[in-house]
Amino acid sequence: MAQTATPTPNSIASMPEMRRPRTERHDAWWLENWPFVIVFSIFAVYATWRAVWPHEATLYWSDPYLSPFYSPLIDPQHHWLPRLISPAILILWGPLGFRMTCYYYRKAYYRGYFADPAACAVSEKGHKRYCGETSFPFILQNVHRYFFYVAVFFLVVLWYDAIRAFFFPNGVGLGVGTVIMLVNVVLLTGYTFGCHAWRHLTGGGLDCFSCTASAQARHKLWQGVTRLNEHHMFWAWVSMISVGLTDLYIRLLAAGMLKDIRLL
Amino acid sequence: MTPKYESHEYDVLIIGAGGAGLRAAIEALAHGARVAVVCKSLLGKAHTVMAEGGLAAAMGNVDKADDWKTHFRDTMRGGKLLNNWRMAQLHAQEAPDRARELEQWGALFDRTDSGDIMQRAFGGHTYKRLCHVGDRTGLEMIRTLQDRGVQMGFDVFMECTITRLLKDGDRVAGAFGYWRESGRFVIFRAKAIVISTGGIGKCWKITSNSWECTGDGMALAYRAGAELLDMEFVQFHPTGMVWPPGVQGILVTEAVRGEGGILRNKDGERFMQKYDPKRMELSTRDVVARSIYTEVREGRGSPHGGAFLDISHKPAEYVKRKLPSMYHQFKELADVDITKGPMEVGPTCHYVMGGIRVEAETGQSSIAGLFAAGEAAAGLHGANRLGGNSLSDLLVFGRRAGLAAAEHAKKTTAPAVDQGQIDEAERELLAPFERPEGDSPYQIHHDLQETMQTLVGIFRNEDDLKKALAELEGLKERAKRMRVEGSRLFNPGWHLSQDVRNMLIVSEACTHAALARKESRGAHSRLDFPKTEEEWGRKNHVIVDRSGEMTLFEVPRPEIPDELKQLLAEEAVAAK
Amino acid sequence: MAEATMRIFRGEGETGKHVDYVVPLVPGMVVLDAVHSVQAHQAPDLAVRWNCKAGKCGSCSAEVNGRPRLMCKTRMDDLPLDQPVTISPLKTFPLIKDLATDVSWNYRVNKKIPPFQPRPGVEWKMYQRDVDRVQEFRKCIECFLCQDVCHVLRDHGKKDDFGGPRFFVRTASLEMHPLDGADRVPLLKKTLGIGFCNITKCCTEVCPEEIHITDNAIIPLKERVVDEFYDPLAKLWRKIRGAKTA
Repeated sequence: MAQTATPTPNSIASMPEMRRPRTERHDAWWLENWPFVIVFSIFAVYATWRAVWPHEATLYWSDPYLSPFYSPLIDPQHHWLPRLISPAILILWGPLGFRMTCYYYRKAYYRGYFADPAACAVSEKGHKRYCGETSFPFILQNVHRYFFYVAVFFLVVLWYDAIRAFFFPNGVGLGVGTVIMLVNVVLLTGYTFGCHAWRHLTGGGLDCFSCTASAQARHKLWQGVTRLNEHHMFWAWVSMISVGLTDLYIRLLAAGMLKDIRLL
Repeated sequence: MTPKYESHEYDVLIIGAGGAGLRAAIEALAHGARVAVVCKSLLGKAHTVMAEGGLAAAMGNVDKADDWKTHFRDTMRGGKLLNNWRMAQLHAQEAPDRARELEQWGALFDRTDSGDIMQRAFGGHTYKRLCHVGDRTGLEMIRTLQDRGVQMGFDVFMECTITRLLKDGDRVAGAFGYWRESGRFVIFRAKAIVISTGGIGKCWKITSNSWECTGDGMALAYRAGAELLDMEFVQFHPTGMVWPPGVQGILVTEAVRGEGGILRNKDGERFMQKYDPKRMELSTRDVVARSIYTEVREGRGSPHGGAFLDISHKPAEYVKRKLPSMYHQFKELADVDITKGPMEVGPTCHYVMGGIRVEAETGQSSIAGLFAAGEAAAGLHGANRLGGNSLSDLLVFGRRAGLAAAEHAKKTTAPAVDQGQIDEAERELLAPFERPEGDSPYQIHHDLQETMQTLVGIFRNEDDLKKALAELEGLKERAKRMRVEGSRLFNPGWHLSQDVRNMLIVSEACTHAALARKESRGAHSRLDFPKTEEEWGRKNHVIVDRSGEMTLFEVPRPEIPDELKQLLAEEAVAAK
Repeated sequence: MAEATMRIFRGEGETGKHVDYVVPLVPGMVVLDAVHSVQAHQAPDLAVRWNCKAGKCGSCSAEVNGRPRLMCKTRMDDLPLDQPVTISPLKTFPLIKDLATDVSWNYRVNKKIPPFQPRPGVEWKMYQRDVDRVQEFRKCIECFLCQDVCHVLRDHGKKDDFGGPRFFVRTASLEMHPLDGADRVPLLKKTLGIGFCNITKCCTEVCPEEIHITDNAIIPLKERVVDEFYDPLAKLWRKIRGAKTA
């Protein structure tokens, strides 16, 4: 063999078996997920408490403000709804489902709660069988667009509530609560209509934008959705925080712990 | 064939997987040949990916008046009439079809409002002629060709270097090479070979070229007895980065000027007014490069020895859309925001107009069965290449060479391979490992670049060129004693030792030819002979190996037929 | 003169370790320059791939301080130089030697994707608004950093079931081509295993061409898979429309 004339590799044989560490990153990669984990956990605990604690189920309304956790209001007097089930439970599954199947939240909780991966180029400890979103339960993420339809329904209701918040028992006016509800519904709208599934439905599914007149119109819409979608994470955060704070504000009013200030 | 080597047999062997090689492969496949493509890098990384500005084709999508005749005229004038007229004619006539073909294979050029391929202005082109994709046209082209070829079914030998062409009497019989990864040898038997190995830019220190551009194909052909043509003509692109030192030479696309960029010296003067008031920044590359060089030499250069190139008068969004990679390149590598301020630029070695002497129609060299296309071949560009003519060159002549190679393979019998040539190739390849001491190839390469940069640069004179030849002699001696450390497994030092040998050959050819041409023409500027002489415009230089001696002789430039002469003359009138 | 310590991985196949080299610093130096300096003066047989040194070819991919990067676009002065700069080969692919890895798997995946197939009888007209989206995908320089960082390949080793971000980008460029007539959605679901992607976006973070891989390629493709396989209403709608046009 001609190859026998080859000089031998220099000292490679004496090198140790290659073992790469979990990560060679020098930066504080473990900090990346904490903001999401902390804020989302607080929100989850708060929302659960509001939804399941029996006393909380009476603190949803302070005329003319209705908490977004309870809207649309379903049998608050428990004529047919069992005492143990708060009307909020009948509402919250919708927005919750929308957010849990949202492409941004998926990224954030797969990283933050499942450490899959904990950060980029950081190995996952303990190799469990990985199926991604190909099998139960995560294959259900594919229904995201249906939750989008549900979310749009709730959004209509919340717009009604926000407009309703101008009509005080003593006539039309504007309170701090009105402003809060209005800001909240605007942020929720920005979040909902920046949805990836919606972006697909408006025009993302088309291959040619200029081939028909309807495709041209859908392209315009798609461009608009794309602009919102580029900041989907931002809208996801601010709308989650705002919906929690809106509920908290109305709850405090309903409990008499705070007094609404009328601006007009 | 001896079984101790890995060996393959094909109809057509293509050396080099840039635009020309891939286009040749596609055409040879389409004509039923069995095709192998060998390349030094991974597939899709060839130097073609760095082409930025566009592909020149007289489609008339933007300027309706454009036609092949105007393109032909521009190309000939840009090349100072030293071009092979037939190549220039074929090129101008066929480029639009080659561009359309790419689109039909999936390439996506920028669009005009009416849905056609967008075209932009470029130096030396009368009309807006360059089909482009932002400033990454080469990438679009190579990806399109690569996917097309892979689907059609060529075999690719990536990271494989050919070190010698094998011959059967007067015709080519195949090639000997090695896998870069393992260092194992491999032999290709082939009825026809297409050389599409690109340029020689790595012989200079300041260059826009990648490590691959070491003149391999020209050296292989030369050593096999083929002729090299016009080797004195090396294009220095006017605009390369000059600061910081780490990025010196990296290309700044001509598209910056095509999109309206303005050149200024340190006094803020738009100096192109002095050198070419008509075409200004969009003058031909030889003129702009010399102008910048002159400004710097006369003390009006920018702080780091270049000129200022400014596009910041255009809206920031426009600049980012049309020149995205330039924007990022300066932002990331030089901390300059080109939408806000000027870039510092200076000449950088970019392209060689010379190369393997070929027949215009087929791309066949002086050896039967050996073809060449793209930068490795000579003739189309004459004394100076116009921007954008390179990508179209690759397509037009890549296709022609691939076609001719496939036809040639059909007509010939399988050649015989001679064991003696293989043994010699093997010995030569392994020799650097066996020497107890000697220079490292890195050191020799470094010194070669210094020599070529200082002595065979933009401006040349007899003393410098003679000195360069003497230094090259010294380098050749050192290269014979070159020593390589380590094993054959993916050993860049060893790889470089092969490249150095090739670079020495093409550098010497370039220097010889530059010394012999006693005039200034296009990219070749002699300080001692500053005028362009009509007499010299009628002859080309050929370089050939005569029993181990590099020999230079003159050949008459192919005579331009009368109707085309007429065409060139008409323009000259119209231009005034 | 200022100096930096480069801690470069040296080894072959299954063996190797990091070795320290001290290099002089030059203004504007990038990591690839430092590696070349080591090659020229200290370790001539140091294996490293590179071509253009201008961020256009995607050859010099490596992991710099644990982050997948192009060495030619990573400036030394952006790194903390009070400690050694660690340079390792891509982890997802088998090591050949030093910084060079065997990326041939990628070329094999690419072959599985049907090429561009123009719809029969198309007119070759396209408008900028139709090609904008696809041109973003075609910026890809095949550096394979996204393939390297993707945990589905890197940690879960799904090379037989999963195509990786690069090939979702490629498929997207074909699927969204205004004149293409082929359907690659079943391929996406079955052969390329797009369901394994859990959209954690590391591919987007490392992309040197700043392609929005997740938002613009993978998620839109996931939605197309939903159209064809998971959405009964969309199926029904297609049937009705199909009946109408037929």
